[in-house]
Amino acid sequence: MTKEEITDVVIQQILEIAPDIEEADIEPEENLQSSLEIDSFDFLKILTAMNEQLGVEVPEVDYYKVDTLEHMVNYFFDRV
Amino acid sequence: MSKFLMPSLGADMESAILMEWLVKEGDEVKKGQVVAEVETSKGVIEIEVFEDGIVEKLLVEPEIECDVGTPLALINSLNESSHEEELTVREPIEEISEPEKIVEKERIKASPAARKKAQELGVDLATLASKVDRTIQLKDVEAVASKDEKVENQNGMRGAIAAAMSRSNAEIPHYYLSTSINMTPALKWLEELNAQRNIKDRILPAALLIQASVKALKSVPELNAFYKDGSHLIRDEINPAIAIAIRKGGLITPALMNAQDMNLDKVMQSLDDLITRTRKGKLRGSEMMEQTVTITNLGDLGVERVYGVIYPPQVAIIGLGRIVDAPWAEGDTLAVRKVLQATIAGDHRATDGRTGALFLDKLNYFLQKPEELL
Repeated sequence: MTKEEITDVVIQQILEIAPDIEEADIEPEENLQSSLEIDSFDFLKILTAMNEQLGVEVPEVDYYKVDTLEHMVNYFFDRV
Repeated sequence: MSKFLMPSLGADMESAILMEWLVKEGDEVKKGQVVAEVETSKGVIEIEVFEDGIVEKLLVEPEIECDVGTPLALINSLNESSHEEELTVREPIEEISEPEKIVEKERIKASPAARKKAQELGVDLATLASKVDRTIQLKDVEAVASKDEKVENQNGMRGAIAAAMSRSNAEIPHYYLSTSINMTPALKWLEELNAQRNIKDRILPAALLIQASVKALKSVPELNAFYKDGSHLIRDEINPAIAIAIRKGGLITPALMNAQDMNLDKVMQSLDDLITRTRKGKLRGSEMMEQTVTITNLGDLGVERVYGVIYPPQVAIIGLGRIVDAPWAEGDTLAVRKVLQATIAGDHRATDGRTGALFLDKLNYFLQKPEELL
């Protein structure tokens, strides 16, 4: 998968789990949870959905590596 | 025979639209059964009956807006089967079969967050709906509101909350207590537990904190109670109201029903389900009416200490702040630990500071022995 494809999948999952968020609100370098008001439950849902889509499970110790859209895309890109 | 009324699903609710009946005349209903769906500013809420019986008559058609207290149906209670009694009460019922205050309104499609914001800002959704050719979103409401003066509508939802909270602060003599809890052992334990689990079965710290609070309430039941007409009534069931943010649209505090019977996995699943349904606008009436205590966790917003205002007739509100790295003395060494500030506001008419202190002590106890929370 290309980075663009992974970005599309991540954005699609965020919008599905948090339907009030607009795609334009997602800044690639901002912390996803604080900038989009995503709580720990929604964040876990996004990671669970990504696991279903890409087969990559993010352990809790790696949460700091998936804190922004850009980091999350890179994380999955390296592991898919 | 009894009248099934439009319930008050929170102090800020004045009316709701009856969307759909899930029963028909002649159906037998059981206590707690969902019989209708109503739409409020908080989304669609399923409302339940409070007794066993037979649906005698449905008084209100779907898509009609009804004030709180409007009779919606007549339920023939099963334990008053005497025919004579029925006849005697039937007469006055005919009169109320056409409630005065029914206002027919076309249902407007809008997201729960949009609806809530519109009420707060005094934006008329009907006017907006004529301009927007789809479900109204939060941004549509905000776009309209930003053109107008940014004055909050004190007569709407914010006004009702203001009235309820002013009454609480005026009538309830609050006492406040706070304690620092070392969360390092609990978080480490949780991390090890989660490392062995599939991502779907992970437990979040919020669930652990709620489970610890519920266990502590079992030890100090005086705080899981109502204060009504000068009496302090301890409740058997623990239905903590959980403050849940609707993204960009305020807070809703539905109950996690019967938390006293749950293990940690069940708390996590039920909490996840409650949050999802709150945001989708799919709560049950009982979840909006039967809260016995409130737990507010503003930690996600970075607040370290929360001093709450008690929601009457409850007698306590538990505040859980953000978990921060802080200096912590252990024996004669100073270390950095994950520290949580737990607070409690109690109604001094029902309990005293000692009760609150016992609660915080128990909460700390369970968080130092997280394996007991499983």
